[in-house]
Amino acid sequence: MAWIRHPKDFFAGLLFIAFGLAAIVIGSNYALGTAARMGPGYFPRILGILLIALGLALALRALKLNGPPVPAFKWRPLVIVLGSVALFGMMVNYAGVVVSTIFLIVAASAASHEFRWRESLIAGGALAALAVGVFVIGLKLQLPIWPAFI
Amino acid sequence: MELLSHLSLGFGVATQGINLLYAFIGAMLGTLIGVLPGIGPVATIAMLLPTTYALQPVSALIMLAGIYYGAQYGGSTTSILLNMPGETSSAVTCLDGYQMARKGQAGAALSIAALGSFFAGTVATIMVATVAIPLSELALKFGPAEYFSLMILGLIGAVVLAHGSVLKAIAMIVLGLLLGLVGTDVNSGAARFAFGIPELTDGLGVVSVAMGLFGFAEIISNLESTEKRELVTSKVTGLWPTKAQFKVAWPASLRGTALGSVLGLLPGGGAMLASFASYALEKKVAKDPSQFGKGAIQGVAGPESANNAGAQTSFIPLLTLGIPENAVMALMVGAMTIHNIQPGPQVMTSNPALFWGLIASMWVGNLMLVVLNLPLIGMWIKLLKVPYRLLYPAILLFCAIGVYSINNAPFDVGQTAVFGLLGIVFLKLECEPAPLLLGFVLGPMMEENLRRAMLLSRGDPSVFFTRPISLAMLVMAGLLLLLIVAPAFRKKRDEAFTESE
Repeated sequence: MAWIRHPKDFFAGLLFIAFGLAAIVIGSNYALGTAARMGPGYFPRILGILLIALGLALALRALKLNGPPVPAFKWRPLVIVLGSVALFGMMVNYAGVVVSTIFLIVAASAASHEFRWRESLIAGGALAALAVGVFVIGLKLQLPIWPAFI
Repeated sequence: MELLSHLSLGFGVATQGINLLYAFIGAMLGTLIGVLPGIGPVATIAMLLPTTYALQPVSALIMLAGIYYGAQYGGSTTSILLNMPGETSSAVTCLDGYQMARKGQAGAALSIAALGSFFAGTVATIMVATVAIPLSELALKFGPAEYFSLMILGLIGAVVLAHGSVLKAIAMIVLGLLLGLVGTDVNSGAARFAFGIPELTDGLGVVSVAMGLFGFAEIISNLESTEKRELVTSKVTGLWPTKAQFKVAWPASLRGTALGSVLGLLPGGGAMLASFASYALEKKVAKDPSQFGKGAIQGVAGPESANNAGAQTSFIPLLTLGIPENAVMALMVGAMTIHNIQPGPQVMTSNPALFWGLIASMWVGNLMLVVLNLPLIGMWIKLLKVPYRLLYPAILLFCAIGVYSINNAPFDVGQTAVFGLLGIVFLKLECEPAPLLLGFVLGPMMEENLRRAMLLSRGDPSVFFTRPISLAMLVMAGLLLLLIVAPAFRKKRDEAFTESE
């Protein structure tokens, strides 16, 4: 796509347009009200229009200005890091701090190209003990230490 | 003297045993996380914010301020020893600080940074205390129209005085404002952009947004690069600068303090603009400018003092006007809201102990840093030696538990992960996340003031242009925008922020 001279700006522009459109479409159910008595839909509508305009300006400008390409996404760290954290959030109340911590540490460590099984298991165990000590006993967070099903 | 009685009230609060303890813990934790490479103050504060929820509001804010200063100082330590700035404001410290470390003067660089910061912190604290009362009185005269225009000015200023594409930054602000509206509309009770998810009717959490955009995105992007970082020195010997070094350093520190105190007041700038400007100034006034970039101690003393002074005085707009001027202050707003404090001019009168206690604790926090950091430098260096592959999973764990504990909600953790994804996309597209966070915090305030102003004027938008203060602020915002189009200013701005590259 040689006609996109500034890919970073171009796709950023598209992203903003998408958010702006979403704001307007989803917000179309909210009462607009009048300028004097604004309803819940008024300000979001203004912002949505503004965002689309800014996105368009950015995208159009990207057809004239030159810029570097968008760096490639590296999926491995992205998926592993975010996935393991999200899973941790879902499991911690059922599986308890110890199991969830060891899971998170080992899983997240796998995102690094220097991953070592043994080392991350040891780190997981140590941090699980630390987390129980600091968060459950020290700060008294409402978290189970052991899995609910034991 | 009214000021003295206020300050003595403040010091009375700040030196209570429990608050001293929290200032200490804050400075300690802040430095601890701040020295970790690639973690800036915003990520640090977001990460540690949940630990302050259970405290009294005064203690919580004092601890957060301590965290902020600690994070700043930790960033300087990494800059000097690793050549890796944790944040843009310490990027200039890398230039000469790292060179000094390579010459075996790491100790001198670190202690000059600490002493300069302490001096700057002392001056800036006094400045905050003196400016606070008149500014708050002015702010109490503001109506909704003035507030709305002030926010516009603040947001535009934040964009123009920062680096990067202005168009993108403005779009990021608008997106932030939109995200800030997610949740229940206070006026009509209607749930907006909640998709029927009960957790979303309370709005997005500021911790989730900040931690995802800053913390997670930073960690992921660190993992993408495979380059190794070398610690210059494993031993720091000779903590004290020589007499000759001290002689050139203190005037630089003085100039940096003056520059930082003033620039800290400007929106967006705060610590970052201050340190860049100070470096440029030192280079100009130096007898031998060719030494810069090769380990000139003024290049450390000036910017370090300036960024600390700026960090301090950037509290002024928040405390007196209730308007955060940068991402860190946006998080402070989030923290205050959690403790049911509406930041603004009324805080000083309605909660003087909190207000003056916080100001006094700024100085106490700075003192803590000196006391804490000079003896503990060896420990921070040990921490820097821990390989990243062991550090980041631990950071992720603390983030995850922190976010989870806010509401005991798995949803919040997922939400943070989504913002982490968004953060990576923004990083790839070179969109700075700081303006988004500012917009996010200001969104509801801006809508509220717009509504009130329009209600009072019966729907006539000219109210923003007929009230003199409001008009003045809009004109200033317009001028700032025009400035950015002017080629001469543009060039200067690009130069100012490329110094470090």
